[in-house]
Amino acid sequence: MSLMNLFRRSSAGSATAARDRLQILLAHERASINGADFLPQLQREILEVIRKYVQVDDQRVQVKLDSDKNLSVLEVNIELPAVTDRRAAR
Amino acid sequence: MAKVIVVTSGKGGVGKTTTSAAFATGLALRGYKTVVIDFDVGLRNVDLIMGCERRVVFDFINVINGDAKLHQALIKDKRVENLSILATSQTRDKDALTEDGVRRVIGELGPMFDYIVCDSPAGIERGAHLAMYFADEAIVVANAEVSSVRDADRMIGLLTSKSRKAEQGKPMPQHLLLTRYDAERVERGEMLKVEDVQEILAVPLLGIIPECPSVLQASNIGQPVVMDEKSPAGKAYRESIGRLLGEETEISIPRAGKRGLFGRLLRRTA
Repeated sequence: MSLMNLFRRSSAGSATAARDRLQILLAHERASINGADFLPQLQREILEVIRKYVQVDDQRVQVKLDSDKNLSVLEVNIELPAVTDRRAAR
Repeated sequence: MAKVIVVTSGKGGVGKTTTSAAFATGLALRGYKTVVIDFDVGLRNVDLIMGCERRVVFDFINVINGDAKLHQALIKDKRVENLSILATSQTRDKDALTEDGVRRVIGELGPMFDYIVCDSPAGIERGAHLAMYFADEAIVVANAEVSSVRDADRMIGLLTSKSRKAEQGKPMPQHLLLTRYDAERVERGEMLKVEDVQEILAVPLLGIIPECPSVLQASNIGQPVVMDEKSPAGKAYRESIGRLLGEETEISIPRAGKRGLFGRLLRRTA
């Protein structure tokens, strides 16, 4: 009996693991696939505008779209160079 | 005007062609004039599953290219009245299938039939895109397995954004068909449950086709499994076709035999 339970529990985990992995993965993929069309372009344009005023590196701008059932959040993260660094560079 | 139904999945080997053949044959058996079109250019198989592989003279691509008339390429099934097959070409030319060509052929088939079943190739390339583009409804075939569910999810996304109906801002009705369902493995917790797949994909369930030796037997002899009166898979297909036509029958989730060989033998004689 206990051996049976042990066997059941170990295999019961795998279908549950499949479900959990899929739920996380698909939530992520749906958001990225739906947003993939315009996000890179948006990122480039934001970068161009910022560059008019401040020198920033390509890698320092991150654009992320998170979608929930009734809410989408566009997160733009721009890392400006430190003020002291700029003075040092001059 | 015919209703165009695409059978698609993203992933290969889940049972698209078996399903296309079953639905086309089942619809014809109910009296609807039906044609099944093979969109898997280069790897045609609908002809084989339908048992008409030796009768293919002209195909879908010949018609698209204007090398043959549609009536020359349409193969009438010898067993089932109202059923025709439009086989595809074995060409390796990826560009053989064109959007204009497909539109023309579907437009010409429209007044001749009640249902046009489009058997999609695996993947999301041109063949798969064109198989679903002109569809009025979609059957998304999936197995209770991670890669199949993920690919089905991707297909559902494409159907809702890249099909003609979607581009026109119209809803694209979709149905989920769970195939190769192994009740024993589900009960052992090795395979995703119906509820799990349904919850993840969020598309109405059309039916559950049990994993069944009769499917291989049917393809061996080139007779769609839906014609097999004794097969559990055939029965599940017939019920699913009924639901597609609007019948409100309860979807029975296949159950494993009680326990062991004895249980199963007893069940069979009961």
